[in-house]
Amino acid sequence: MKKINLLFTVLALLVLVVAPVSVLAQETLTIQGSSTVLPIAQKAAEVYMEKNSSVDISVRGGGSGNGIAALIDGAVDIADASRFVKQTEVEAAVGNGIYPVPHRVAMDGIAVVINPANSVTELSLEDLMNIYTGKVTNWSEFGGPDQEIVVISRDSSSGTFEVFNELVLEGNRLTQGALLQASNGAVAGVIADTEGAIGYVGLGYLSDSLKAVKVSGVLPSNATVASGEYPIARPLFMFTNGWPEGLTSQFINFILSAEGQKIVKEQGFVPLH
Amino acid sequence: MFNWRTKEKIIKNILLFFAFSSILFLTGIIIVLFKEGAPIFTKVGIHEFLFSSDWYPTYEPPGYGIFNLLAGSIVVTIGAMVIAVPFGVASAIHISYILPQKYKNIVKPTIEMLAGVPSVIYGLFGMKILGPFLQKIFHLPTGLTALTAMIMLGIMALPTIVSLAEDAITAVPKNFRDASLALGANRLETMLRVILPTASSGIVTAIILGMGRAIGETMTVLMVAGGAALFPANILKPVRPMTSTIAAEMGEAPVGSSHYQALFGIAIILFLITLIFNIFADMAQQRFKKKVSGE
Repeated sequence: MKKINLLFTVLALLVLVVAPVSVLAQETLTIQGSSTVLPIAQKAAEVYMEKNSSVDISVRGGGSGNGIAALIDGAVDIADASRFVKQTEVEAAVGNGIYPVPHRVAMDGIAVVINPANSVTELSLEDLMNIYTGKVTNWSEFGGPDQEIVVISRDSSSGTFEVFNELVLEGNRLTQGALLQASNGAVAGVIADTEGAIGYVGLGYLSDSLKAVKVSGVLPSNATVASGEYPIARPLFMFTNGWPEGLTSQFINFILSAEGQKIVKEQGFVPLH
Repeated sequence: MFNWRTKEKIIKNILLFFAFSSILFLTGIIIVLFKEGAPIFTKVGIHEFLFSSDWYPTYEPPGYGIFNLLAGSIVVTIGAMVIAVPFGVASAIHISYILPQKYKNIVKPTIEMLAGVPSVIYGLFGMKILGPFLQKIFHLPTGLTALTAMIMLGIMALPTIVSLAEDAITAVPKNFRDASLALGANRLETMLRVILPTASSGIVTAIILGMGRAIGETMTVLMVAGGAALFPANILKPVRPMTSTIAAEMGEAPVGSSHYQALFGIAIILFLITLIFNIFADMAQQRFKKKVSGE
């Protein structure tokens, strides 16, 4: 008898815990993808859920490729991506009856940074290509000190690398001597500690311990990225299956609204307007 | 509810399940590794995979050659052993034969505590203290080098080597030593000619298990080795061991892609290396047991 009582108590408790969640959260939205877009999606989801208690939004990272793959599988409503969808992905999606639609939610500039002790102030895209392919290995070639260039890059599967590779290296192979770091923060840390280092980070990671160089005569800033003057910049996307409806559309509209774009700015990215 | 016979049977079966669960996990890991990773060997060929130094997994056309990564792991592990073995064996000898018992009870647990320090802490130390120090004394462009990783891994492998080697030396029967001393050998001769040769296969076990620790270490090398996929011809340059490649790239590799399979392929190679280490360690251990039991 005692055991049965206990069983009922446990069941009752379970119902008490589970019921409010399942009753209140009628609508759910799942988002997965780029770790660059993650802070925007995360913060926007928090703010949106605070305003609409009946909505449950779950946000995961995992990379642009994983996010788009999940969208293709129909596992998520929104895929975050720091790059545009690839032709092969579109084909796979259409094969699954899924039609990825891009929504530009923010701009992201990739700043080329060096140690503050370095006297170099400006590099061209061609200089960057020569440095990152290993053709030029000394700062004296660019009017800097006679010091070996320590090339720092993101690991080759990150979205940031993919964009840098596309805009700067144009598909040429990165030198094998490049030190690969697993995050924007790690790149910033190594450059702050290493006098001869050069690397690239998202605009949100600029600080006093790093010195941003002018690329083709333009310093990276919110204004130059938004205007398109700064050459190493990229749009950030959220992909939906078909033109969004219901909650998906409301959430995308929220991010594109003035309030959503304020969140974009707070997270260190460049708002669209 | 049940009689004691049934109860005993149930308990026995539950215990049996727990006993076999680790084997179950191991089998599961092996199956997953080979299922996910084996396709890459047929795609690029085992020879190409192991002996090409083109690691460009996200390029078009991609390169899936892990030679530089494999060499990086091996060189860093050998370097770690060059540092850890003399220190480890010497301190094992000291602890087991020279140190009085009351100090031994303090020193040995202290060394073993080194093993409990989380690897990310070793990584921080290597990155912020040892790296800049080496950079200064060798005038290097960066302090994140193969040597930095070797020193850190050497320190991390020390507790394994000291502890197991000390056990091996202590396990040599006391009458071996007494007989040697009675025959007129002094303590040094007894140590070098009698104790160490008897304990040698036990010490070998200790070293091999230390190597296993060093080659499988991930967090520390990810933080201190620099991460450049260069052939490790110069230990004052950065390297990129296999473990840190997997850790850095797996998060962003699309599931099921060739890149993903290649990372699992690296994991298979790593798994086989540690398996071989463990088999050798076990063989040495068996030999040691035989020797000590006087057969």
